[in-house]
Amino acid sequence: MLTAFAILTDGLVYAAYLFLVAVGLTLIFGVMKILNVTHGSFYAFGAYGAATAVGIYVERGLPDAAGFLFMILVAMAIGLVLGVILERGILRFAYGKDEVVIVLVTYAVFLMLEDVIALIWGRESHAAYPPMVAAGSIEIGDLVLSNYDIGLVAIAAVVAGLGYWALKYTRYGRLLTVVIFDRETAAAFGINVTVVYTVTFIIGAMLGALGGAVMAPKISVTLGIGVEVIVLAFAVVVTGGLGSIEGALIGSLIVGLCRAAAVHLVPQIELFVIYAVMALVLVFRPYGLFTQAQPRKI
Amino acid sequence: MAARQKLIGALAFLALAVVAPFAPAWLVSLATIAFANGLVVLGLVILWRAGLVPFGQALFYATGAYTIALLGRYTGMRDVFVMVAAGAAAAGLVAFVTGFLLARYRDIFFAMLSLAMSMILYGVLVKTETLGSTDGFHVATGTFLGYAPQGTAHDLALYWLVLAVCALAALAVATYFDSVAGVLAAPVRDNEIRVEFLGISVNRLIHLKLVIAGLLAGVGGALAALVVEHVDPNMAYWTTSGGFVFVTILAGAGSVAAAFVGSLAFELARSIAVAVFPGEWQIALGTALLLTILFLPEGLGSLVTRLRRPRVLDKVASPKTAPEKPGAA
Repeated sequence: MLTAFAILTDGLVYAAYLFLVAVGLTLIFGVMKILNVTHGSFYAFGAYGAATAVGIYVERGLPDAAGFLFMILVAMAIGLVLGVILERGILRFAYGKDEVVIVLVTYAVFLMLEDVIALIWGRESHAAYPPMVAAGSIEIGDLVLSNYDIGLVAIAAVVAGLGYWALKYTRYGRLLTVVIFDRETAAAFGINVTVVYTVTFIIGAMLGALGGAVMAPKISVTLGIGVEVIVLAFAVVVTGGLGSIEGALIGSLIVGLCRAAAVHLVPQIELFVIYAVMALVLVFRPYGLFTQAQPRKI
Repeated sequence: MAARQKLIGALAFLALAVVAPFAPAWLVSLATIAFANGLVVLGLVILWRAGLVPFGQALFYATGAYTIALLGRYTGMRDVFVMVAAGAAAAGLVAFVTGFLLARYRDIFFAMLSLAMSMILYGVLVKTETLGSTDGFHVATGTFLGYAPQGTAHDLALYWLVLAVCALAALAVATYFDSVAGVLAAPVRDNEIRVEFLGISVNRLIHLKLVIAGLLAGVGGALAALVVEHVDPNMAYWTTSGGFVFVTILAGAGSVAAAFVGSLAFELARSIAVAVFPGEWQIALGTALLLTILFLPEGLGSLVTRLRRPRVLDKVASPKTAPEKPGAA
């Protein structure tokens, strides 16, 4: 019973983390049809930015809540700047090329940004754990839960809710849905698709950085975290269906729970269970759980 | 024309074989690993011609490498010919089995599914203690039909072996490119439904390409393991696959030679970049890749083909539809 409960809570926390990194990726793909490898860099920049921010607020002795907020704001600002530079500076020149070729463009940028991170923050690892310690923990029965983890699930839920609300009930969200559905018709009806692309990419970048920022206190911020996270995010997004926010949510829940179950029951298969789930889903639903089949064009 | 190209290729391989004893040792070992990896790139060129980019070719690379590592560890088999053949067979078998699934996918989903499969192998390797976990393990030194050289002689023998395998593979793949199945790659890339209407099964065509590419990657991995004398799970990690894709794009799918020249150029450039600016070499690589994609979409090899063919003919031969630009309206 305790194991089942532990699997459930661990799975939820892990799912929250996965959702936060996957949602920006799926948003960018849904609108722009770009599978953005650079998303790993956004995550890493967010995490490094958060580590720096934590360093600053610990030094100044600011209150914890403000420090946490400061950390998130710094990461989002970094995501904003990076998003603008990449979309306006590089990606827009690659629009119209093959989807796979654009993946390679983002891969090239990803390689470059890996070194940029090392140049800015150095090669040693950074710690950002104070917010995690400050949050403390609670005991439910025999299980000790970190309040920070609970907060993580809450943040993921808020992001999911906000995303759903923004897409369904705001003017910009409706425009976005139109562009997702048919870019050319949208442009013909006077929607400025260029602006929609830029804004979407920036939002995606900020979400990626947010994912990195909230995870920073839980991990050791070191080189190569982007490399790991990007394949994870891919797996989640492809499982759920590329370009679908519900897909990212369900995908992260499935993958998160499966991994938590593997960790508690058969730790040997922990690493590959994620990809096994993805492969299994793709066998039966070739385009993921939440994508509708596309008609073939002759 | 084709015969002349094969002659040039054979002469190039001969020249490479002859100069080796006079070249510095570091260059020989660099060329050995570059040509071994060139085999993997050759496989990717076959797939890239049909519009497929696998982000998980490391699956077959690592399968080939681990097969010969295991052979050396658990059996008395040391002969490189048998070991490499076993590595190729194992990788080919994996490619054949996974091919039933992979051949049904295209574009991004193909890339992602092959990525997932290679990450499954990575996960297994990392978690298997008997296979050395993340550290990997040592690969036994091979013998050549009873001839067991040491030191420099061994490195040279290995280099010649890799060259010979590459020459054979280049010839075989060039023949394949001229065959009906090989020529059909471009139509599959452009519009596969029309190919289906000609009465040809595209899935089977792609399955065949996957097996060939898997075999080549297995041979490449086996040879690389012999050269480095060590295997570790990073051989199956997605960044390894990414590196191969990188070289493929850089070299272009224009010819068989491009795969080997591209691989050699890449290894050279990487060693130099790492030596000159160790902290920024990935920036250099990324920039090179980016510039190639944006300005030379057919790869560096197209610089040569462009010289040979007049531009007008080029346009008639491959009419390009005007590139779409989002937001142009």
